[in-house]
Amino acid sequence: MPLPAPENLNVILATDCGSTTTKAILIEKVDGHFRQTYRGEAPTTVEEPVADVTVGVTNAATEVGELAGRQLVDENGILIRPAQGNRGCDIYISTSSAGGGLQMLVTGVVREMTAASAKRAALGAGAIVMDVLASNDKRKPHEQIQRIRELRPDMMLMSGGTDGGTITHVVQTAELIAPARPQPRFGGQYRMPVIFAGNKEAAPHVQKVLGDVVELSVVENLRPVLERENLAPARDAIHDLFLEHVMAHAPGYDKLIAWADAPIMPTPGAVGDILQQIARQRGINVVGVDIGGATTDVFSVFAGEGGQSVFNRTVSANLGMSYSVSNVCSEAGFPNILRWVPIDMDERELRNRVKNKMIRPTTIPQTLESLIFEQAVSREALRLAYLQHCEFATTLKGVQQQRSVGDTFAQQGGGASVVDNMKLDLLVASGGVLSHAPRMEQTAAMLIDAFEPEGVTELAKDSIFMMPHLGVLAQVHPQAALEVFERDCLIYLGTCIAATGEGKEGRDCFRYRLEGGGLREEGELKYGDIRLFPLPGDARTKATITPARGVDVGAGPGKTLDREVRGGTVGIILDARGRPLKLPEDRQRCRETANRWQRELQLYPEL
Amino acid sequence: MRLRVRRVLPISGEVLVSHGEKVEARQVVARTFMPGDVTPVNIANQMSLSPSEVAAAMLKKVGDPVAKGDVLARSKGMFGFFKTEFAAPTSGTIESISDVTGQVMIRGAALPVQVLAYAGGTVVEVLPQEGVIVEADVAFAQGVFGVGGEAFGVLKVVCANPSEDLTPDRITADCKNAVIVGGARIHEAAVRRAVEVGVSAIIAGGIDDADLKAILGYDLGVAITGSEKIGLTLIITEGFGDIAMADRTFALLKKHAGADVSVNGATQIRAGVMRPEIVIPVADSANVGSVQEAHGGGFLEIGSQVRIIRDPYFGILGKVTALPHQPTVLGSGSSARVLEVACADGKTVTVPRANVEITGG
Repeated sequence: MPLPAPENLNVILATDCGSTTTKAILIEKVDGHFRQTYRGEAPTTVEEPVADVTVGVTNAATEVGELAGRQLVDENGILIRPAQGNRGCDIYISTSSAGGGLQMLVTGVVREMTAASAKRAALGAGAIVMDVLASNDKRKPHEQIQRIRELRPDMMLMSGGTDGGTITHVVQTAELIAPARPQPRFGGQYRMPVIFAGNKEAAPHVQKVLGDVVELSVVENLRPVLERENLAPARDAIHDLFLEHVMAHAPGYDKLIAWADAPIMPTPGAVGDILQQIARQRGINVVGVDIGGATTDVFSVFAGEGGQSVFNRTVSANLGMSYSVSNVCSEAGFPNILRWVPIDMDERELRNRVKNKMIRPTTIPQTLESLIFEQAVSREALRLAYLQHCEFATTLKGVQQQRSVGDTFAQQGGGASVVDNMKLDLLVASGGVLSHAPRMEQTAAMLIDAFEPEGVTELAKDSIFMMPHLGVLAQVHPQAALEVFERDCLIYLGTCIAATGEGKEGRDCFRYRLEGGGLREEGELKYGDIRLFPLPGDARTKATITPARGVDVGAGPGKTLDREVRGGTVGIILDARGRPLKLPEDRQRCRETANRWQRELQLYPEL
Repeated sequence: MRLRVRRVLPISGEVLVSHGEKVEARQVVARTFMPGDVTPVNIANQMSLSPSEVAAAMLKKVGDPVAKGDVLARSKGMFGFFKTEFAAPTSGTIESISDVTGQVMIRGAALPVQVLAYAGGTVVEVLPQEGVIVEADVAFAQGVFGVGGEAFGVLKVVCANPSEDLTPDRITADCKNAVIVGGARIHEAAVRRAVEVGVSAIIAGGIDDADLKAILGYDLGVAITGSEKIGLTLIITEGFGDIAMADRTFALLKKHAGADVSVNGATQIRAGVMRPEIVIPVADSANVGSVQEAHGGGFLEIGSQVRIIRDPYFGILGKVTALPHQPTVLGSGSSARVLEVACADGKTVTVPRANVEITGG
């Protein structure tokens, strides 16, 4: 059925089929603007005894319909389209991460070059990358074969060689894949889909080696020359194969694909799309994070060379707040977690609590002490995930640099992180521990402590994890997606203005003046201080920040910053704690510092 | 209860039993051979040949068997002299010879894989070339977390009551090959002792995280277990810390002391959760107790028996006395739906509904 013209679009139903819950939202045109009006959810039904994803979708749609007073599903369980009066919707769209999402294995020749590009393509398409194989990954060939045999990905992406470059190394990888006879995750009814996006001259050889073993698709090289990535064809091929192979073998998805008016996207892929749209439209740099029970996704969009925006996504597979909570504690170490805790806690007791949360992941903190600990763990999970993201989101490695004498002392090869906290304009949070924190101040504090934004950064949270729905909506109606994103999706927490540099505690950091929007504040902050000025709603204030010599608050070292900043449910946070953020190593002093900061930000008023 | 277990091979193979056949727990019901490991050998690099010359230098062709040390390839040399040879680094069969990379793949001998019945019962379905479904009359108990895979042995209760810790002195030589049942916490030293004695599996109420770390040799990050090689299988029924085994579970295991049981420590806490289990064969399932519902399942209602599974009341058992409809603000400041539990010691506490599990109706 052809899509209705954008001007005839009034009612949109969008679902996100997650592993456990199918979330439905209704978007309607209200007074000429698109607004998210109702939401509903139902358990996802991909497992026995139902084993049909569309049952969960119709249940969630029915719930939304009941709340909205609109019949969305007919007597036969079919979505009603187009909308007429109080019946039906104009279009239906969906994302999916049911069954653990899209899991991929990627290969390249050099780990830091083509393999890194292939990983970026797979992550950008919304996949979980199970492993990256490369000629120089220090594993022996038989170990690599063994690894391919053990993993059961949904599909594989092969890269390697620039066009006209190495053929031998690319074919060598194919020769490792062939004897491993990789098996797709959903059983033996179809052959493993493999995308080849490497040296085009190697393609016929790869076809010869792999043609009988796997379902091979050949697309344009994702790294045609060392200086440039061309990820779009590989990403598109991943999306196509996701629909054709992976989804088509999941229960009920053939029906769901037929129902949807736009291709079904992997959930994180859709989140990445909407963040890119918003960054492009507002001309800003954005970081988004989604912290779940098992994994943490970080997305970033930063302006690169020549104004081109660079998008990156990483999935930290074992950093999460329930299934992976024990792993966060073991990776970060207990001292790092406890530094955020302003009260006394017994480590042995905490270790057992962490394990109990791991084996019973659906429990929630009942006491304040339990909440404080959980939020301390989340800071470390977010910090580690962001660290991994910054290490991954780099400029291309392997590119020859032309240097002049002036560069002698400031040599930067390829591979510098494109993530620059000073240039970050908007930080968006989603995921249980951030979204469901009892106080918005707690969400803001977790973001600032973990991401350490510098200069001026707006903080926001995704109200009801609507970004996936809006990402897929942006494919068919970008205007509607952006309107809903701005009006209903984001809840602005406020703005953080943070100083860089490491100063001795108590030394002058900056003077501030906040004027307008109901605020008239003036004062001075020393290193180690943090202060909150509530500025509710959409109010804005003019901030004049004069840093001490050598300190940068966004206008350059020692230079005064003068700009309008927005408030939100929390307000304006002036952060003079310095970067990188350091807490005293002595436990007693550390606790006192953490306590001072939590009092300033009104995190736990009951303490 | 009547338990159905699906026993299948990882790849297709041969089923050794037929429909309706009675099987023992430790009987092999299906077997196959996994393709052997592959050893790649780059003959071109090893013998300084171009990849296109490799085929001509090979003394073995695709499909030929080779033994370790056999001459695999010989170069022509110069004027018949200075020939170089390359010996096979491993035994197997030649799988491929590449003229692009000069690489030769040697496939090792196939690896046998077999599947046991696991529960003694009747084959109720044969899945051709895959495996079988076995139905058995059993008493069944579920743990909450375990390490190690399937194990078998005679059930032997070594603690007098469910509140007694499992200490090394309780493990004697006659525990060899047994599945031993403790009461409350398992101590690290007891596990070490059990491994020495040759115990097949240990079941108890709880374990300290520090002890588990010492036993495994690393800090467990995610609860996906079953393939650990610590010398035995370990199952905890309640959780981490000092916690007694639930009376019902202890009573059930005690009642069946002496039975030849099957246990599996494999735990997978993800979507499609898998918990460790204890399968006790019985003659007549109608008269046996079962604590299968111990971890999830069932509907919460007034009168439901529950266990609180989060601090500050972790491990306490009680009965639901109220299910208020409206969400309540918790001590953490969050708002959540709660219930009231009358605890065994006479106190009544209010806890979030998410923080209990049903242990009985």
